[in-house]
Amino acid sequence: MISFASFPSTSEASASYAQARHPPEVEEELGMDLDEDDFDEGVQRLTVPGEPITSSHAFMRGHGTFVDNEEVIASVAGTVERVNKLITVRAVRSRYNPEVGDLVVGRITEVQPRRWKVDANSRQDAVLMLSSVNLPGGVQRRKLESDELQMRTFFEEGDLLVAEVQAFFSDGAMSLHTRSLRYGKLRNGQLVSVPPILIRRLKSHFVALPCGVDLILGLNGYIWVSKHVKESEQEGEEGFDAEAVYSNRNDVIDDATRIAISRVSNIIKVLAAHFVPLTDTVLLEAYEWVVDQESHVKDLLHDEFGEHLVASLGVGIRQ
Amino acid sequence: MSSRVEILNDGGFRSDGRKQYELRDITIDLSQQGTADGSAIITHGLTQVMVTVFGPREAKMRSQTLHDRAVLNVEMSVAPFSTGERRKRSRADRRILELSAAIESTFEPVVQTSLYPRSQIDIYIHVLQQDGGLLQACINATTLALITAGVPLLDFVCAVSGGVHSTEPLLDLTTLEENDLPNLTVAVMPRTRKVTLVTMETRLHVERFRDIFELACEAGQTIHKEMKRAVKDRTVALVGAMDAGAKHPSGDPDRDLTMEDR
Repeated sequence: MISFASFPSTSEASASYAQARHPPEVEEELGMDLDEDDFDEGVQRLTVPGEPITSSHAFMRGHGTFVDNEEVIASVAGTVERVNKLITVRAVRSRYNPEVGDLVVGRITEVQPRRWKVDANSRQDAVLMLSSVNLPGGVQRRKLESDELQMRTFFEEGDLLVAEVQAFFSDGAMSLHTRSLRYGKLRNGQLVSVPPILIRRLKSHFVALPCGVDLILGLNGYIWVSKHVKESEQEGEEGFDAEAVYSNRNDVIDDATRIAISRVSNIIKVLAAHFVPLTDTVLLEAYEWVVDQESHVKDLLHDEFGEHLVASLGVGIRQ
Repeated sequence: MSSRVEILNDGGFRSDGRKQYELRDITIDLSQQGTADGSAIITHGLTQVMVTVFGPREAKMRSQTLHDRAVLNVEMSVAPFSTGERRKRSRADRRILELSAAIESTFEPVVQTSLYPRSQIDIYIHVLQQDGGLLQACINATTLALITAGVPLLDFVCAVSGGVHSTEPLLDLTTLEENDLPNLTVAVMPRTRKVTLVTMETRLHVERFRDIFELACEAGQTIHKEMKRAVKDRTVALVGAMDAGAKHPSGDPDRDLTMEDR
């Protein structure tokens, strides 16, 4: 009897890892090899809850399925995916399903003894342990009692941060860490929330658009749009400056950058409303199109303008 | 009694022109509502219900958190303008609490709550218009909203109301019929034909019960077809949009999409 946990176990994670890393052409070729039984590859199969997919003798059930009467049955509406003998159904829209190594953007909801609770758009709040953050005075420093007492000087309720999924607890809650100079508190920008499925795994989730805007595409569907920070100005290893890293103050942001930030945020909202997967190329193209139109930033909020934008990219639908 | 509307006239038609076993017009809207994870608006004739689902998310009520499964939290609000006579109902109205408890217990065995320990799934039901069959509309809309939120369900839950006029069974009652006839609401899971809810607040002859119960189960299958079609349309549209976006800019947007029809 094989039992399945509700959170990604290592074997499944590695299976989907392998699948996710192939470029589309390679994946199609792989798909050909897997051709078997009643699974005609190249054609996406969609299901609704309660719909039988296949026999449970020949296949194993994965996420989004259950077994009843020797049949594998879908429990969510979405696309059927198969890796060898493992059948999973991916819901079209759902909450974020964390995997180790994912980059997420979250918001502190609670400060608890030696840990923060972080809302990361998942089924439970994530946990950020005091021992998983970089503290002032060297990266490898021991956490002291005094650090515990001044946790709110690092992160307070409502603070936004970018972090990586480190591990899972036994109940499936995720544990985060910010032990990198790229991670930590967020400022100088604005948060946009989109369905998590629209954010694909990319080579880098830190995107710098040429219009002076930095993007952090959290895999949990939270996107941080902020003023561009030059590489050289990023808080360096030696000069790890707690003041700067945990500062709650925004830098001075000029009007042009403010407009660019809100324009990018509005573009993201429009694309998400039309269910377009977000990548840097799509965003860039959309941004160029919007600038070409010489429109005001708030024009993007009109449905009509948004539809023109999406049509010009040749993607998406109106729901 | 001359002013009274005939429930079933000599020609076999009901007051709104339907036949005995005819269901009212069903429309389903599964578009996104605000920040909700899933939402659905369903209309059965003149009854209209909107359901929004949030979650599974961190349980806010610590005391009610279950360590092995998610908690379903159903909250219902009835718009004051939804009935013929305008009346404001408080959230704590007994009738409303009773309905939300019925809906909660209907979905408890259907939602795979064990996948989400220590979480909470919030189901907010807004009744926009009422013309009979309130519970059935709430249940159907909740099913659809849960599906759009990507919450794993064992099956659809399809509810329909039925009543008996002298010896003739009727389906999908309006307020007018509900007031005059003994009636019941049945919720079925179409694949296994299991029944998750039967409620009857009136008295009905025991020999009539079987007829109307079986008829309602059968009608559930019909409603299932409608709901399934709506969900499939939405899935095809969203997956199509995502594929077009993913293939952009060089790919072909007309990727083959098939739906199994069973």
